[in-house]
Amino acid sequence: MSAELSLIGPILAAMLAAATPLLFAALGELVVEKSGVLNLGVEGMMLVGAVCGFAVTVKTGSAPMGLLAAATAGAATAALFGLLTLGLLANQVATGLALTLFGVGLSALIGQAFVGIPLKGLPKLNIPGLTDLPVIGQALFGQDLLVYLAILAVPLVHLFLYRTRAGLVLRAVGENHAAAHALGYKVIRIRFLAVLFGGAMSGLGGAFLSMDYTPMWAENMTAGRGWIALALVVFATWKPLRVMLGAWLFGGVTIAQLHVQGLGVGVPSQLLSMLPYLATVLVLVLISRDVARTRLNAPACLGKLFHPDA
Amino acid sequence: MESSPPADAPPPRLELRGITKRFPGCLANDHVNLVLQGGEIHALLGENGAGKSTLVKMIYGVLHPDSGSLLWQGQEVRVPDPAGARRLGIGMVFQHFSLFDTLTVTENIALGLDNPGPMAALANRIRTVSERYGLALDPDRHVFHLSVGERQRVEIVRCLLQDPKLLIMDEPTSVLTPQEATKLFETLRRLAAEGCTILYISHKLEEIRALCSRATVLRGGRVVGACDPRQETARGLAEMMIGSELSTPERPPQGATGAARLSVRNLSTSSDNPFATNLKEVTFEVRAGEILGIAGVAGNGQAELMAALSGEALIADPAAVRIEGVPSGHLGPRARRALGLAFVPEERLGRGTVPELSLSDNALLSGYASETLVTGGMVRFAKARAYAETIIKGFNVVTHGHKAEARSLSGGNLQKFIIGREILQRPKLLIVGQPTWGVDAGAAAAIHQALIGLARSGAAVLVISQDLDELFVLSDRISVLFHGRLSDSRPTHETSVERIGLLMGGLFATPPDEDGEIARAL
Repeated sequence: MSAELSLIGPILAAMLAAATPLLFAALGELVVEKSGVLNLGVEGMMLVGAVCGFAVTVKTGSAPMGLLAAATAGAATAALFGLLTLGLLANQVATGLALTLFGVGLSALIGQAFVGIPLKGLPKLNIPGLTDLPVIGQALFGQDLLVYLAILAVPLVHLFLYRTRAGLVLRAVGENHAAAHALGYKVIRIRFLAVLFGGAMSGLGGAFLSMDYTPMWAENMTAGRGWIALALVVFATWKPLRVMLGAWLFGGVTIAQLHVQGLGVGVPSQLLSMLPYLATVLVLVLISRDVARTRLNAPACLGKLFHPDA
Repeated sequence: MESSPPADAPPPRLELRGITKRFPGCLANDHVNLVLQGGEIHALLGENGAGKSTLVKMIYGVLHPDSGSLLWQGQEVRVPDPAGARRLGIGMVFQHFSLFDTLTVTENIALGLDNPGPMAALANRIRTVSERYGLALDPDRHVFHLSVGERQRVEIVRCLLQDPKLLIMDEPTSVLTPQEATKLFETLRRLAAEGCTILYISHKLEEIRALCSRATVLRGGRVVGACDPRQETARGLAEMMIGSELSTPERPPQGATGAARLSVRNLSTSSDNPFATNLKEVTFEVRAGEILGIAGVAGNGQAELMAALSGEALIADPAAVRIEGVPSGHLGPRARRALGLAFVPEERLGRGTVPELSLSDNALLSGYASETLVTGGMVRFAKARAYAETIIKGFNVVTHGHKAEARSLSGGNLQKFIIGREILQRPKLLIVGQPTWGVDAGAAAAIHQALIGLARSGAAVLVISQDLDELFVLSDRISVLFHGRLSDSRPTHETSVERIGLLMGGLFATPPDEDGEIARAL
């Protein structure tokens, strides 16, 4: 096998891994936004999830406990957001930005005692024969559970939104909250549940980073992935499959530019590090050029406050 | 239809006893009693703010009464929420449709049912019911593709699928063409004949006289009367509603018209917004001294036409819109105002006024140039206040003064203020969208009088409205906007509500042969 070909397998595998935290966070935020709530605190919820997952895994030695803690912590942070914006009608944009700042600080505080501690990472799937296949073996059959879970979540979220009654109600609430209320749906409750789900997914995305992708805790280790996840949702015109493609693109360019840096090309590494963000935004802007389609998929009540008596 | 039940009749379908509902600062319903019999079409009449909407929202469980009781077929019940109301057999068609634009008809209907079942089966049930009652509907279409009349059908079918015993209709015909309204009445009469009670809310009195066998009149949150509307005149009903005598606008004969103040030639628009209606080669002119009315069901391009004329949306071809002969398609609203244009948008709060600002600040916003309320970049507040007071006095705006926030005024009073603000600037050309939408009869008459007066004093007036009665009172000529196209205009006295109604349904594909077209359709 040539040297180039032997690189493709690891790159493909690493790409799926790099896309996983984005996929979790973006799918969660997609559901939140479809219910009509704009939570800009994804980055903060990811960080809280990352540090709580890491800390609990270190303390208990159990990765499942760590993941559970991460999802719970993400949801708890989101609950704070829900309480402020849905219960007390605080401005969603301002509260979301504040939530990110809050998450950065809180995670740094909790994580103080855990800096520099190594962790083993999650176990990887190993199916003799399949995992050893050339090129695709490692990518398809040698990942850990969370990578598969994130990919599985794409069709699940799609089916939930477009094939179940609960999903229909959720979309209806995001489309026209006054009408949904008039029909007797509990707008606030539905949105709160969506916000909790978004928080849990962000928490899992963060935990994947700290418990597996780079199994350690460092302040601000999400490095803007929460913001990319937010952008993914909008540019993917609120469609789960497109979110996945966007996440893979981001993951792919991230890994590719690392390899290019490794080859010692004469381009400043800072420029290369910008590349995944630039490429994702560029491609997604091109995809979402169709204004009509975007308008049809965009939840009409996104970011609007709702009060039952108004 | 029975107007009164025999003595040994079963208990009424619904009885309200002493229903009271208080909102902060206002008593919306004050000991309201209402009895609805099985199979009757009962009108609920009243001005805006009389408490009609509050009352039906309590029947449907959206709001809850502070005191009083509700008897459903003789049993005292509490309606906790709309789902509870639907379980009892109460359906409601809202004035502002509770539909979801980006969902399909079937999805929309499923949302209003408690046990919709599988989508495919539901789609079939929708087809069956819509055929049975003559309400043509395609279950798979997205709602934003539908006309307003079709949207209302979605709401009605949604209610019918639950076999309602009481159907509440809140201002159902305000958005329909006369022909659509006639069809709706057939459906309602058929439903009533099958035993369904219909509570019909409207302020269109002729309709109520044609359709309803009993009427309850609300004023200021209280029941002030009950009658058989078939025995009353429309004027009598209106006076019961407002509690005083009604003045009809005087209409001096039209003098000679002058030069074209506004001329529009082949105005077309294109929009990225899938919900917008593009204008297609709209051509018309309005001359000094006349009122041109543009009829049409909402959503046929009225919003786009208004935006193109006011300058909110700029037009690529400057000559498509000429104000006083000056090509102005490329000019913004301020430049157009400088040419003598004034306009009153349909949306009172948000476009016509800034809701949170005081009346004097709102007067300043459109009048600062023509009334010189600003000099050297500084606001002359005393003059602005005086101007606001002049409007309030001149147009009988009921408010506690120029400091009142715009949103604190009732719809009719705010509209009188906005129209007064524009008229007092002595425009050469006034464009008004829906001048009396949601305005009570007294204020509407005052607004109509003011518009007629302005035209007779030599200004050109363009009125875009869905209300045909209004257009026939106001206009010297009438055109119809349908799917972004404008029909040729006709002198009002040479046409009729029926003809205009047909045009509103789109029967003007061949303008030169308009009469033949209509004759064939009839």
